[in-house]
Amino acid sequence: MRFRFEAEQRQFEASLRDLLASADVPSVARAWASGDYASGRKLWQRLTELGVGELAEHPVELVIAFEELGRAAVPGPYVESVAVLPVLLPDRDGELMATVAAPPAVPFGCDAAAADAWYVLDGTTLHAATVEDEIASVDAARRLAVLRAGDVVASDVDAEAALDRGALATAAQLLGAGYGLLHRATEYAEARRQFGKPIGSFQAIKHQLADVYVGLELARPLLFGAALGLDGPTRSRDVSAAKVACTGAAYRAARAALQVHGAIGYTAEYDLALWLTKVRALVSAWGTQRFHRDRVLAAVRVG
Amino acid sequence: MDLELDADTVAFRDEVREFLRAHVPSPRLPSMDTPGGFDAHREWEHTLAEARLSAVSWPHEFGGRDASLTQWVVFEEEYFRAQAPLRVSQNGIFLLAPTLFAHGTPDQLQRLLPPMARADEIWAQAWSEPEAGSDLAGITSRAVRTGGGWLLSGQKTWSTRATYADRGFGLFRSDPDAERHRGLTYFMFDLRADGVTVRGIPQLDGEPGFAEIFLDDVFVPDADVLGGVGEGWKVAMSTASNERGLSLRSPGRFLAAADRLVELADGVDDTALTDRVVDAWIGARAYELHTWATVSRLADGGELGAESSVGKLFWSELDVALHETALDLLGARGELAGDWMSGYLFSLAGPIYAGTNEIQRNVVAERLLGLPR
Repeated sequence: MRFRFEAEQRQFEASLRDLLASADVPSVARAWASGDYASGRKLWQRLTELGVGELAEHPVELVIAFEELGRAAVPGPYVESVAVLPVLLPDRDGELMATVAAPPAVPFGCDAAAADAWYVLDGTTLHAATVEDEIASVDAARRLAVLRAGDVVASDVDAEAALDRGALATAAQLLGAGYGLLHRATEYAEARRQFGKPIGSFQAIKHQLADVYVGLELARPLLFGAALGLDGPTRSRDVSAAKVACTGAAYRAARAALQVHGAIGYTAEYDLALWLTKVRALVSAWGTQRFHRDRVLAAVRVG
Repeated sequence: MDLELDADTVAFRDEVREFLRAHVPSPRLPSMDTPGGFDAHREWEHTLAEARLSAVSWPHEFGGRDASLTQWVVFEEEYFRAQAPLRVSQNGIFLLAPTLFAHGTPDQLQRLLPPMARADEIWAQAWSEPEAGSDLAGITSRAVRTGGGWLLSGQKTWSTRATYADRGFGLFRSDPDAERHRGLTYFMFDLRADGVTVRGIPQLDGEPGFAEIFLDDVFVPDADVLGGVGEGWKVAMSTASNERGLSLRSPGRFLAAADRLVELADGVDDTALTDRVVDAWIGARAYELHTWATVSRLADGGELGAESSVGKLFWSELDVALHETALDLLGARGELAGDWMSGYLFSLAGPIYAGTNEIQRNVVAERLLGLPR
């Protein structure tokens, strides 16, 4: 029993955080949202050099990476390329950026215009796909597209394992985004003064942010518990539990962060919007709360 | 990083499970806040102690078995799964004992721990006063020097288990000129000594689970001062951290209750209810994993500190939500007295005791998030 990071895992987390802290990710995300993918592709390159493209056999590191991607609000089809497609196409080149739709849970291909390859998962059959139409998400840095299925590239794939990895990576991204929001809200509450003192000295602010922290801190162990059980019999139950909890905790963080910021947080220009819109988009990505709660209930009822 | 139990721990778990299967009283004992129920719970503690299971994490010489923190968590999980009796010795074993281990003299450990493990002496906490609740540093009960010891006077209230317990522990102002956190001393005293009057206070369930304690020149020898004279605040805070942290609320209680909740919801298809069942189950699992993370951190030499407030906020709200869901599942029968109602009434105290959740949120915001006071 040792439910803690090993030294290399702490090191991996620190390397990712350092890289992303110096990468001016908000500018990357804004360029991405306007259809300029150059800086985002460059960031992808730097992250794959750290090993982010090769995490299929390392679920704990996979979760660590997605938590950091969420914390920094990095744009791009990472869930699709790094978490999902390696299950469906084990031999594909991990450095290629690709996207995949898997209706009904995942109706659109995310960031198709930036990707090198496109797929549609239909049941247990994987098709190559073409981009039919672009469609707007509340998160402008998620460039969604309608994909049309073409030739079959793989059959009898383990679709459930792929979807579970998509859900786990998305849950980790949500949790990271939640911590990013809490960090911003805390900094703002220390700096912003009203009635002659920092608003963070008022209990109405403190208590909201404390509740956000508790929610995030208690959702996080579920993520790593699910990562450790990713090849075991309770995989779907544990992934769904993590997705439900991380979604709830991140959404609560988003609401509180906006409220603490007040009107400035409601503007598109202020960077908080990058996290607020991403969290709202990811709430229903890779399985809704309804889908995941139903799965947990079915699993625990069986015992 | 792993969640596997080692062979020793698995063997220990199997032994505990078998012991509980053979010994847990059935039908359930009456409430420990009745005279007969208190005695029956003391008797159960004797049974546990004979098997060295009343305080598994203590050293062998005091009645424990040197169990690791991991084994303690496993013990608790088995204990609650077996629906074994509530622990009438809880205040002593989980609150006072950690403070004794941290601050007690060798004589105090030898003298006080073995009878505590056997429940020959059952302890009550005496923290709050009528004018000092959340603001604990505002206490006015006093200790005055006398030959060979101290004379305690004043009033304590909301003292859990004090109605039938043998001894109490709490803070008294030993330096009348010092204010607030200074000039306090931690005392242990006999609840049946001359000058002590105890008056039980019925709780929401009608039984006197806590009490008022009136002290009028109660003599306490120097040997029953815990920690240094005037250092009571520091000493007490180490107990407070235990009360809201790992010791008092193991995940076992919530895991067992969540499983029973899933059973109660069998056949129910109203998602307004089953979603709450799912969320309670997820919450219990989250708290279990969070506890494993804490245990692993402590095993590496970390300290509990302000993090304990995070756990206390979570489990106390989870416990209420879980039991509310059960009562709602029971529908029109939800108002009836029974196990779920007892559990619900018990859960309602969680957000209040061991530092109210408002105080805990201040601790989290100021000490963990760094927001200004």
